[in-house]
Amino acid sequence: MADHKKEIDNVTGVETTGHEWDGLKELNNPLPKWWLYIFYATIAWSVVYWILMPSWPLINSYTTGLLGYSQRSVATQEYDEALEARAQTGQELMNASLEEIQNTPQLLEFAMANGGAAFADNCAPCHGTGATGFVGYPNLQDDNWIWGGTLDDIAMTISYGVRSEHDETRVGEMLAFGRDELLDKEQVKTVSNYVASLAGLDTNPSYDMAAGKELYAENCASCHADNGTGLQELGAPNLTSPSWVYDRSVEGIVAQVNNPRHGVMPAWIDRLGETTVKSLAVYVHSLGGGQ
Amino acid sequence: MPLFYLKSTIEKTEGMRPYTPLELAGRNIYVREGCYTCHSQMVRPLRDELERYGPYSLAAESMYDRPFQWGSKRTGPDLARVGGKYSDEWQRDHLIDPRSVSPTSIMPGYPFLMDKTISARGIEDHLKVNVVYGVPYTEEQIAKASADLFAQAQPDSDAAYEFEERYPGVLVRDFDGDPTKVTEMDAIIAYLQMLGTLVDFDLYDEKANLR
Repeated sequence: MADHKKEIDNVTGVETTGHEWDGLKELNNPLPKWWLYIFYATIAWSVVYWILMPSWPLINSYTTGLLGYSQRSVATQEYDEALEARAQTGQELMNASLEEIQNTPQLLEFAMANGGAAFADNCAPCHGTGATGFVGYPNLQDDNWIWGGTLDDIAMTISYGVRSEHDETRVGEMLAFGRDELLDKEQVKTVSNYVASLAGLDTNPSYDMAAGKELYAENCASCHADNGTGLQELGAPNLTSPSWVYDRSVEGIVAQVNNPRHGVMPAWIDRLGETTVKSLAVYVHSLGGGQ
Repeated sequence: MPLFYLKSTIEKTEGMRPYTPLELAGRNIYVREGCYTCHSQMVRPLRDELERYGPYSLAAESMYDRPFQWGSKRTGPDLARVGGKYSDEWQRDHLIDPRSVSPTSIMPGYPFLMDKTISARGIEDHLKVNVVYGVPYTEEQIAKASADLFAQAQPDSDAAYEFEERYPGVLVRDFDGDPTKVTEMDAIIAYLQMLGTLVDFDLYDEKANLR
């Protein structure tokens, strides 16, 4: 084969390889030069890539390459840069009081943008995209605050949550007057009827209002206050407000006095960080009811 | 060349532990209901994901997963770090009827999880099979698997006290708000509330574990 003479095929005018099978000869059509050089270049590039980038698996680890590239470090770096870019305004935000924030358009804009984005992702699932809440999840648009509606109160609630796993969580528990038999069934209904009157709901004249008032004074007033306006330090809701977390009806009151429901809000400080929590507080405060 | 044979793939972390029997049962429900078809469990190392979900997922975090639940489709959000993000009550309300708390959600409801009591059938074998794959369950954890399955959702029981000795630091509470029985809802919420919370990122050395 090596010493075969160059032979030109008569029909096509192309050189043959000299291989012949049953009288058929193979034409020698070489690959286009441009294609071939690109192919060689990719092989050369792959060697460069092996040297520079993580590539070959070894026994316990792998070749990390001269550049030491890692997608994780790139992501972390970009993340840190983003935090840093925000840090300056964030720091000003941290140092500023609510009034200063409201009077400084740049700070307010930053807090609203940062807080709004964080709200949509983290708070909206429970409090709703419009922050109007659902049954069991408080409405943040009204001016009724269970744990206080000042900027600091809101920031505190967001940071540590309510009945959360955090050590500094806000905790308030209502006694299960019915379940634990602190009051009998009749007493529960009587006091619930009185609470309904505080709330401005229709009351049932078959229950003694004076007895209800006495039961309320003995059992409820220490947290919910004599006139039912609640106590924010204990997270005791205002019973005279039209905005309730749970069912606002006599049946709802009876259910709550019997076996109270206790909603849980997670602590966000570890997950979101201080700047975002403060932004969120400003955002929530701005929604309508901030004090 | 498969990555799993490289020792360096699994990062050095503090806090990873085998799943409790209840979490394992919840995980089985997660697989059974096909949650992975719409939810991933993989925070990718990208800036926007770090901002939204938290630290990127580590290989170590799925080393006790057989099979892993990384998923490849996000119709819903990623769940790798969902643990502790919402209250148990929210998880229950949302699983019963997603539209009750998230009006635009297209997730189906799973109200039947509230009615189905959890079964201890096969849970011991489940732990044993995991041991074959290298999950470090102790003899005691295997022997008490059936009791532990219920104990985690019955915080006032004596069994719960023993359970906490075997699994320190684990959430023990009535997850589904129904103290009369331990349901599949208890199991899946126990699993969801654990997701992404095991590794202690305060002690995690990111630089030493860059891959």
